[in-house]
Amino acid sequence: MTNSIGEIAEADFILAAGTNTFDAHPIIGIKIKKAVANGGTLAVIDPRLTDSAKLAQYHLQLKPGTDIALFNGLANVIIEEGLYNKQFVEERTEDFEAFKQTVAKYTPDYVSEITSVPADVIREVARGYAKAKNSTILYTMGITQHTCGTHNVFSTCNLAMLTGHIGKESSGVNPLRGQNNVQGACDMGALPVVFPAYQPVAVEANREKFAKFWNVEKMPDKPGLTVGEMIEAAGKSVKAMYILGENPVLSDPDANQVMHELKSLDFLVVQDIFLTETAQLADVVLPAASFAEKDGTFSNTERRVQLVRKAIEPIGDSKPDWEIICLVATAMGYPMSYDSPESIMNEVAKVTPSYGGISFDRLELCGLQWPCPTPDHPGTKFLHANKFVRGLGKFNPVEHIPPNEQPDAEYPMVLSTGRRRYHYHTGTMTQRTGALEVFYPEEYLEISCEDAGKLGINDGDKVKVTSRRGQVEVTAQISERVTPGLVFTSFQYPDVPINRVTNAARDPISKIPEYKVCAVKVEKVS
Amino acid sequence: MKNLDQIREKYKEQYKEKIGKTRIVVGLGTCGIAAGGGKVMDAIKEIVAARGLDADIDFTSCIGMCYREPMVEIALAGAPSVIYGDIFADNVEALIESHIVNKTPLYELACFQIPGDATPYEGIDIMDKAPYYEKQIRSVTSRLGRINPESIVEYIATGGYEGIEKALQLDRMAVIEEVKKSGLRGRGGGGFSTGTKWSFVYGAQGDKKYAVCNADEGDPGAFMDRSVLEGDPHSILEGMMIAGYAIGADEGYIYCRAEYPIAIKRLNLAIAKAEEHGLLGDNILDSGFSFRIKIKAGAGAFVCGEETALLNSIEGLRGMPRVRPPYPAHKGLFGKPTVLNNVETYANVPFIIRNGADWYAAMGTEKSKGSKVFCLTGKVNNTGLIEVPMGITLRDIIFAIGGGIQNDRPFKAVQSGGPSGGCIPAEHLDTPIDYESLGEIGSMMGSGGLVCMDDTTCMVDVAKFFLNFTQLESCGKCTPCREGTKRMLEILQKICDGNGVIEDIDTLDRLCRVVTSSAMCGLGQTCANPISSTLRYFRDEYEAHIIDKRCPAGVCNALLVYTVLADKCTGCGACLRACPAGAITGEKKQPHKIDPAVCIKCGACIQKCKFDAIIKA
Amino acid sequence: MSKVTLTIDGIQITVPKGTTVLEAAQQAGIFIPTFCHDPELSRPGACRICVVDIPGARNMPASCVTEAGEGMVVYTDTPAIIEARKTNLELLLANHPEDCLTCHKNGNCRLQDYAYYYGVRPGAFTGEKHDYPIEDDNPFIVRDMNKCILCSKCIRMCEEIQGNNAIDFSFRGFSAKVGPAMGTTLSDTEISNCVFCGNCIAVCPVGALTEKAMLGKARQWEVEKVTTTCPYCGVGCQYDLNVKDGKVIGVTSTDGDVNGRALCVKGRFGYGFIHHPDRLTTPLIKKDGAFVEASWDEAIGLVASKLGAAKDTYGPDAVALLSSARVTNEENYLMNKLARAVIGTNNIDHCARL
Repeated sequence: MTNSIGEIAEADFILAAGTNTFDAHPIIGIKIKKAVANGGTLAVIDPRLTDSAKLAQYHLQLKPGTDIALFNGLANVIIEEGLYNKQFVEERTEDFEAFKQTVAKYTPDYVSEITSVPADVIREVARGYAKAKNSTILYTMGITQHTCGTHNVFSTCNLAMLTGHIGKESSGVNPLRGQNNVQGACDMGALPVVFPAYQPVAVEANREKFAKFWNVEKMPDKPGLTVGEMIEAAGKSVKAMYILGENPVLSDPDANQVMHELKSLDFLVVQDIFLTETAQLADVVLPAASFAEKDGTFSNTERRVQLVRKAIEPIGDSKPDWEIICLVATAMGYPMSYDSPESIMNEVAKVTPSYGGISFDRLELCGLQWPCPTPDHPGTKFLHANKFVRGLGKFNPVEHIPPNEQPDAEYPMVLSTGRRRYHYHTGTMTQRTGALEVFYPEEYLEISCEDAGKLGINDGDKVKVTSRRGQVEVTAQISERVTPGLVFTSFQYPDVPINRVTNAARDPISKIPEYKVCAVKVEKVS
Repeated sequence: MKNLDQIREKYKEQYKEKIGKTRIVVGLGTCGIAAGGGKVMDAIKEIVAARGLDADIDFTSCIGMCYREPMVEIALAGAPSVIYGDIFADNVEALIESHIVNKTPLYELACFQIPGDATPYEGIDIMDKAPYYEKQIRSVTSRLGRINPESIVEYIATGGYEGIEKALQLDRMAVIEEVKKSGLRGRGGGGFSTGTKWSFVYGAQGDKKYAVCNADEGDPGAFMDRSVLEGDPHSILEGMMIAGYAIGADEGYIYCRAEYPIAIKRLNLAIAKAEEHGLLGDNILDSGFSFRIKIKAGAGAFVCGEETALLNSIEGLRGMPRVRPPYPAHKGLFGKPTVLNNVETYANVPFIIRNGADWYAAMGTEKSKGSKVFCLTGKVNNTGLIEVPMGITLRDIIFAIGGGIQNDRPFKAVQSGGPSGGCIPAEHLDTPIDYESLGEIGSMMGSGGLVCMDDTTCMVDVAKFFLNFTQLESCGKCTPCREGTKRMLEILQKICDGNGVIEDIDTLDRLCRVVTSSAMCGLGQTCANPISSTLRYFRDEYEAHIIDKRCPAGVCNALLVYTVLADKCTGCGACLRACPAGAITGEKKQPHKIDPAVCIKCGACIQKCKFDAIIKA
Repeated sequence: MSKVTLTIDGIQITVPKGTTVLEAAQQAGIFIPTFCHDPELSRPGACRICVVDIPGARNMPASCVTEAGEGMVVYTDTPAIIEARKTNLELLLANHPEDCLTCHKNGNCRLQDYAYYYGVRPGAFTGEKHDYPIEDDNPFIVRDMNKCILCSKCIRMCEEIQGNNAIDFSFRGFSAKVGPAMGTTLSDTEISNCVFCGNCIAVCPVGALTEKAMLGKARQWEVEKVTTTCPYCGVGCQYDLNVKDGKVIGVTSTDGDVNGRALCVKGRFGYGFIHHPDRLTTPLIKKDGAFVEASWDEAIGLVASKLGAAKDTYGPDAVALLSSARVTNEENYLMNKLARAVIGTNNIDHCARL
């Protein structure tokens, strides 16, 4: 997030795109409700009638996969009506002319045809977003999980720069991260092309710095593989894998293929707290301690580093992940040992400029938002205050690209997947709480009344969802949340491994799979 | 600015013409309708049509003599109006026969007459001199029972909307000064200076302001507001408009309890008519002042008569009081500065502006100016709606106007101010009625209910009645009111059941003290008054219940013993047959006996006994 | 900002204008009891336990809603005030179960504390008590409205912080009760709009609202609270793990940087996996298609040799590592170090995109 969670409550206009906030980020949902209670305007861009869409003054119920057209349309109105922030565009950005040319053809009427959002609504939302004192964009996977995910994100940034709604309080472009430490995993270099703090592997100076710091001869310079690429290469160029706390068999698209590929590895080690669907394929399973059994830090979606404190001893013979990693490294001939996670953080701070001022002592008092380069730095509430990281903000003009797979005669419906309020990720934890799974025991497929009628499906019927890649059975729920032609379910139930159906087509830049759109057919199971 | 002169002249003509004709007017206020006024109206229409009589038929509202409803007014062209009482479908034909056909008033049913310019009939009291009206004044109630409340013509013809017309020519502050000078105080019971209240809202910062009328009259035995709303709805609108102009509001709400359907209907009609005449809406009379009025029907919670609960209710929230400060004057309806007055207060305003503050201030006492409308009910002969000058004594009201206690029984107490008020004993009958004096003797002005009690009323039972009411109507928000009223009620019940102990009086005393001093809103702070005032003046009755296990008034069943007086009993057996419990035994023509262990104290035997041979004590 | 000086129980204190008498008293170290007051919520001034004596004021003002004024004189412990407090406590106790022995809130209950402090015993008033059925038809929250003192904190928490308006007062007088619309239960979410965040529990001063799974698990004084970060979504809520005898028995609110006391259903009620019997407790090695328990030495040795063999045979890029968005920064850092420094590959990623 460019800005902080607390600032959302003070925003005058919230443009929430592809985020089912009330279910997936309930505490951020609270801030949105507060903003609305304070008189702010909420516009929700979502093909589904989510709870936040119900609260919104504007629900832009677009066709799945037409976000770029919609954002370009908003920009078109803002430019056309002279509502853009000319001073900001002039002083803080570049390539405005190219952007202006690109969005010129995205008139409200044209965009309305693509998205099916009424032209007047596009105009009103554009005006509202542009004119409000502080407007903020929130988004999650509804924006990113498309083959054009990166371009979708560009289009949100373009809008923020166009209006100058960035680099100040209660504004900005704010991806709401779905997992407790996804921010931290990225910050710490668990990515194939960067060292901690996004220092590119491709830069020789960085490689030299880390080689020296870690006391090894050299650092690999070849860009690494992303998750999807690793799995595709499994059994081919990749012979052995070490999977820590991940469950790709349920979470990754085209799951049948994932299982097949993981099985073809020479060696698979999985480290987890449960024997997940992925762990069952492993050659060795290492029992890890849960968050309650270890110290450390998580970095949240607003870049706030906070302490995780050990409350109980590790269960059974399990060990904290950091200890296990040290054991593996040492056994592989690289002696690695720390007396505590605090010592690891002290090392992190030395090579991670944005974490330079972070220490457990400071975190004992309160969380710190990076960049926090020095021990006396208070942390950073919002980014890009006077200058973008790269200097001038660059407009990246982008064109509408339809999803990779379109409905056709054989697979006439669009399947979109997401999350439920009562569950988390692949359900490994939330299916074992004694409470959540009791209240919400079964997954279902949301289907419109119209489609259900055509297909002879009643509420509660078992249906089969089939795509070119696979099929699953699930209970149908007739719902006002989806429009005709769209069905929706989550990937959080092992009983409904919906990723056997989803499309593994990926965004060419970020490699994110297109979970939000694939073509399926739905049939009643007799 | 435009004025109403042309319209007024036209309407005066129309009205004059109308009342110059032979006409029959039926009182169709809620009291009239409840007594059968609707049937009387139907009968009159039939008779007039069947006989081909040349008489206009019209209706009006309650003129105040509720004890004589249904009432019918008859006037021959050029002759005095005679107001008759107790007219029913079965005697109305005789009335018409006598008064219209034979041109002779039906003296035995005539209550009083209003001669106007005509020569009065002999033998019928003129209204001002009639015992019921002699000590009254008719200011706020002057149109009640005299005009058709659904006619804007009659309202304007009788001086209506002259007040707003005059106000709009004045500076806003001058209007407030005039109201201040009049000495008008809130008629809802609080008694706060209306002009001062308005000046607070005038001075409050806000992009929008409201004038709200509290028409959620909920006290048992009170119907002042209903009578004014039903009888003169335009006067409320006009009063609110003047307030709106003075404080700078452009919108008003009337919060009227849904149990007053006739009032709501007539208000809606009045609003529509006023809008038609350009008296409500944008740019009223080209003055630049705009004002609209909406009606919100209450859902039946007594506490919504409390001003902040009322505001919550209008806003669509649960009717629960808010903490004050902030006062509505600063943060009222929808958070905006709001003036809140009750019906009677607003109804006074057009008269004050029209006739001047001095005219108004000439009525009443030094600190309580003007008149006050009361509802006289209970064990008094003449029950009804009265308007009296402030400062009149309770004795005048109960004995001169009210005609004394029914069946010539001794007066015991009068309860003023509804559930928030207290019981005033005979020793204070000469207390002048004004805000301060009533407070000093442990009661309060309240909105204007006066319930008279005789020696057959048990004061512990009265306290219990009111506590039962406040307990059910407590909103539940604050501890002392919610829990305290419950325990007070339980203790009173225990005393009435004969299970009281002497310590209960101390406990009641303590609860009264704590609930009064620590409750949050007016309801809780005053709900103990029925207990504290009866403890103050009728402590002996509590003690009789507790120590002697006796209810002196013969009301509390558990403490009563039914006995047959052997010397009076003829042994007729009527009581024996009437007793549902089989508690009475006795041979024919021999004195009977009641077994107190079996007796359920239903009173059936007393009703059947023709010889007054059964007593309860 | 302008200041006002007032005198409370003879102690002079200067506070910013707008400070309430209660806040001023607290700053002066003077105790005033409160039930319905919560600094984060609106102020209904309803419970009346905080009343004080301010000569000149009508009745007894509630200190939580009375603004401190210049020259104001306040008494918090006159006989009349003490009588009012005791009487109101007696009234509350008269309609409250006397089951402190087995009440989960025992030891951390305001009603109990104040009754103790003011020497109030049950039984001052006898009469009707509520006899509501206990609402426990959901796996998260138990509502015992017999214990409710109607302070309305839960209502305000739900409305003002959570924004769900699931509950409000219903009925009047002695029958007044907090609950969802239409007299239904929370689990009827179509009507109640409840999302089981449990934030109502966090503000309940008595035992009317409790976490179902914590009932009977530990007395209040036996619990060790460990503040940590929630392991679910990316918001990073802070909360307290409640520990007894080395076991996590529940989650309660703390004052988090991001979330304050608010949590969601997963955070507050989704901790059960920690002690779930499915937890892996020992290393496993697959032998002939089946997992066999192994020692750490054996397992680590096998992992190191297999990864090492792949690296040696096919080059470092034949090994790939998936780190995790669910483990700590320190652990991600070590995975990154293991990939790059130990194995010598950039093949490291995690599930950021899922």
